[in-house]
Amino acid sequence: MSGIPHDHYEPKTNGEKWLNSRLPIVGLLYDTLMIPTPKNLNWWWIWGIVLAFCLALQIVTGIVLVMHYTPHVDLAFASIEHIMRNVNGGYMLRYLHMNGASLFFVAVYIHIFRGLFYGSYKAPREITWIIGMLIYLMMMGTAFMGYVLPWGQMSFWGATVITGLFGAIPFVGDAIQTWLLGGPAVDNATLNRFFSLHYLLPFVIAALVIVHIWAFHTTGNNNPTGVEVRRGSKAEAEKDTLPFWPYFVIKDLFALAVILVVFWAIVGFMPNYLGHPDNYIEANPLVTPAHIVPEWYFLPFYAILRAFTGEVWVVQFASFITGGIVDAKFFGVIAMFGAILAMALAPWLDTSSVRSGKYRPMFKWWFYLLIIDFFALMWLGAMPAEEPYATFSLIASAYWFAYFFVILPILGVIEKPEAQPETIEEDFNAHYGKADADATPAE
Amino acid sequence: MSHAEDHEGTRRDFLYYVAGGAGVVATGAAVWPLVNQMNPSADVQALSSIRVDVSGVEPGTQLTVKWLGKPVFIRHRTGAEIQEAQEQDAEGVDALPDPLARNFNLNADAPATDANRVMPSPEGEAPGAWIVQMGVCTHLGCVPLGDAGDFGGWFCPCHGSHYDLAGRIRKGPAPENLPVPPAEWTDASTIKLG
Repeated sequence: MSGIPHDHYEPKTNGEKWLNSRLPIVGLLYDTLMIPTPKNLNWWWIWGIVLAFCLALQIVTGIVLVMHYTPHVDLAFASIEHIMRNVNGGYMLRYLHMNGASLFFVAVYIHIFRGLFYGSYKAPREITWIIGMLIYLMMMGTAFMGYVLPWGQMSFWGATVITGLFGAIPFVGDAIQTWLLGGPAVDNATLNRFFSLHYLLPFVIAALVIVHIWAFHTTGNNNPTGVEVRRGSKAEAEKDTLPFWPYFVIKDLFALAVILVVFWAIVGFMPNYLGHPDNYIEANPLVTPAHIVPEWYFLPFYAILRAFTGEVWVVQFASFITGGIVDAKFFGVIAMFGAILAMALAPWLDTSSVRSGKYRPMFKWWFYLLIIDFFALMWLGAMPAEEPYATFSLIASAYWFAYFFVILPILGVIEKPEAQPETIEEDFNAHYGKADADATPAE
Repeated sequence: MSHAEDHEGTRRDFLYYVAGGAGVVATGAAVWPLVNQMNPSADVQALSSIRVDVSGVEPGTQLTVKWLGKPVFIRHRTGAEIQEAQEQDAEGVDALPDPLARNFNLNADAPATDANRVMPSPEGEAPGAWIVQMGVCTHLGCVPLGDAGDFGGWFCPCHGSHYDLAGRIRKGPAPENLPVPPAEWTDASTIKLG
């Protein structure tokens, strides 16, 4: 499976040979688990395991929650309270599921920015990156629909605002919105279909995760230097790599344990900290909450959606050249999805031949600014739609697009990169000293 | 015989196209019900018309009813509000972000004057005393608050859209005036929506 030379599975017993000649599944699992992994991976590389854990956690807790939940507008809210008060350990299962979504997004954002800094999106890992972006989109869809299910005020109005985005599409928007909702407004039909899809999408994500892993096992992992593993021979590759099991599995599980300490503290002691109190009020189609705020993980893109009002010249220009087809509302929708598309296009927008940001003196600063920009957008998305937040949102949104469409293409041309190590082994030894052939690896 | 040897249109080519075409049609026929089941069901469509008793709506108050799953604002304006609305009207429709009336009961190109936005008044009431409109912000579908905003009409708390006394967008991200639904008087105190 991997392009990096390594030992493959050899069936030894008769039973293994019997199975292997019919279904080589043990070999597939063995090669996946023993994949040669660059030995200089740092702590930013642990989030993949955290993400896998989150997916499993959400699927398991979700399946048991469904055993007690009722997807009907008259009963959904009460069935959530039933889970919280009557079902044995139900409150814990629900709090795990609620906060599991937050851990999932913490992990995915760190994982994405890890990739953006170390150039993990660059050739030959574009497919891994694109699949990852698809997973991220599906995660957002799943989380959004899951948030509708408790049928609280934020559920209802969040659903109204977000499905309203589709209504902004010129000409066919209203028909699409009605079709998505199953009626003129968010109602029982909407709740039922969101429930169905909320159950389905995690399994689609699981399938995409397998493709994601397949893709980067084919190209090999990126690593903090961005220098490729030597592949001339098995002996050469072994100087740069260690098998995933046990070295990285144990390291990742240790990191996961530390993260879970924090996670359990939140689930146990402040389970509603990341939620919104309005969602403990049952949905009412006639009253909008004073301040509709999406979950924290949507805030950066929500800020971009709101930033482009009719007063912005870009919006007026777009409206003018399209004869009014692209109005402020549609522009905001395009901008929001465009912000995610911009990330997906990074492999083709970044013109630098150097993969890792470690050796790119100018890139670093623009990247750190992008991180600040991301948090600024998150903060602005939670603020009311008024000055000075509106102007700040516009500036922060502009930087997001500028980073991908202007800075990444230009930097590759004007930047003078620093010297990179020749090999991963050289980088590893510089950090941890030259190891003996059978020494226990660091990290 | 292999297909590669057929250089001209033959019976076999024809059969390929027919079989392929039939396959496409059959796939479409199978997929369409799966798509169409998501459209509004019969019981949802049946609620498309309701009658509202407005006899209890005093001047200066507003009744919010649910129609098609969405709120409809039925406002009984006071004399002072009618006057203020007409003053707002004096600025001319071209100064408005959306110059169209958005009134289902009128032509699509009717200008957004106050007169084109209000209900015809029942006998004995001043013109412009009743205004009926969807309580759905044209930005992203929140319910605007009454008696609020910079123009004395409605204010959407979600993203800060201000509507005037005739429900016309004045400020903020909303692109259009609040739509006026199909509405008519069935008697002096009953409005039929839809």
